[in-house]
Amino acid sequence: MEVLTPRSLDEALSVKAERPDARPIAGGTDLLVELNFDRARPETLLNLNEVPELRGWSRENGTLRLGSGLTYAEAMRAPLAELVPALAEASRTVGSPQIRTRGTLGGNLGTASPAGDALPPLLVEGAQVELGSLRGVRSLPLSEFLVGPKRNALEPDELVLAVRLLPSAQPQTFMKVGPRNAMVIAVCSLALVADRERGELRAAYGSSGPVVGLVTAPLEERDHFADTVAAAASPIDDVRGTAIYRRHALRVLAERAMERCLA
Amino acid sequence: MRCGFWRNVPWSGVWHEDRGVKIRLTVNGEPREADVWAGESLLTTLRDTLELPGSKNACEQGECGSCSVLLDGALVCACLVLAAQADGHEVTTVEGLADREELHRVQRAFVEAGAVQCGFCTPGLVVATAALLEANPDPSDDEMREALSGNLCRCTGYAKIFDAVRLAARS
Ligand SMILES: Cc1cc2nc3c(=O)[nH]c(=O)nc-3n(C[C@H](O)[C@H](O)[C@H](O)COP(=O)(O)OP(=O)(O)OC[C@H]3O[C@@H](n4cnc5c(N)ncnc54)[C@H](O)[C@@H]3O)c2cc1C
Ligand code: FES
Ligand code: FES
Repeated sequence: MEVLTPRSLDEALSVKAERPDARPIAGGTDLLVELNFDRARPETLLNLNEVPELRGWSRENGTLRLGSGLTYAEAMRAPLAELVPALAEASRTVGSPQIRTRGTLGGNLGTASPAGDALPPLLVEGAQVELGSLRGVRSLPLSEFLVGPKRNALEPDELVLAVRLLPSAQPQTFMKVGPRNAMVIAVCSLALVADRERGELRAAYGSSGPVVGLVTAPLEERDHFADTVAAAASPIDDVRGTAIYRRHALRVLAERAMERCLA
Repeated sequence: MRCGFWRNVPWSGVWHEDRGVKIRLTVNGEPREADVWAGESLLTTLRDTLELPGSKNACEQGECGSCSVLLDGALVCACLVLAAQADGHEVTTVEGLADREELHRVQRAFVEAGAVQCGFCTPGLVVATAALLEANPDPSDDEMREALSGNLCRCTGYAKIFDAVRLAARS
């Protein structure tokens, strides 16, 4: 086993082209657990912490570009938090302060868990995932990037570079159900945007199907929307909760989220 | 010096030699070097190689906070940082808080408030509290709870710990 630490994006992409099996490591909050418990023994680790191009965020002609190395702690901070308020709310619910210092958006996308808390807020804002390799850069809608539970559309020579979205600037929120206020993998979660500009309600549910799912409806259908969201989800019974409970909780979350966003 | 790390790969029963990594970092203000296994956590390096056992190892999965340290000034779980990722960076452990014989005000407050029972969680809580007060000298009760939500204590029931945080904030 070895660790490679590239100092630029070009260098990182070259390593990934030569060693497609090299496992990227950003914050390490998912990967170190695998290493510590002998669940993963990659031949090569690709440390992304020293690649400046993956850090931080920027705004170009209104479009927001969130580097894959953006941490939850950074996403919670103004002025970014005001541009993507549901993402900021979701970030506040992730793990603990220690986890939020290190955990990144890129890592959440890499893991592609249906419980990933960054995913619903990004999905309701129509995020595109920017993937890079020596062959070039391509962009995929988040819904196409997430192809299954813990599976994504990354090719072996690619890295997640960033997430792009045009902030809707519409009322939005994120809610999560779990047994305590910290350190909780969502039993189920919901991000919602009440988009008056487009006359549309958009919701994305987490931990209630094989992937995070998007549900949209015209604003006039507000009265049925909570039922629509619950019906669209396909939850299962597992250690964290039952399918029946999850569907019920989604209905309650959608109702509360609409109350918040349409007040 | 041999710089290989022999590891048993559990499912194969085969011993592999891994290439070691040399890291140079600043720990508690001093430049340090260590030869580490590529997959090793910063916590293991601190405890086993750098002889700083103050940071505790309980869960190795980010759940308990007993391994809390500052990495470039920010609170992290040392068990979730790859040692090689700390190369070139600054780490402060609980051993680095006191000024020689003079305890850090957070350490003093933990003693005075009786916030220590078995003491296993204490180093992590002390580091987390020091980080909190650095960023927010006068935290509300909610802010305290939030800031320490990644640190578990199995003994005290937390009441005395929050007393200690309040005491440290005032001192
Ligand atoms: C105690 C604890 C609590 C947690 N709580 C939550 C929670 O509340 N909500 C939540 O959603 N998650 C939670 N997590 C999981 C984890 O923190 C998140 O998934 C986080 O976003 C992972 O980011 P990272 O940078 O640490 O990922 P890493 O561990 O560095 O990487 C994760 C995966 O993504 C890949 N990867 C990373 N960066 C890239 C890239 N740029 N390109 C391609 N692949 C990449 C890695 O190879 C790896 O497979 C928790 C974890 C712990 C240990
Ligand atoms: S040992 Fe690191 S959080 Fe428990
Ligand atoms: S004093 Fe024993 S775990 Fe906190």
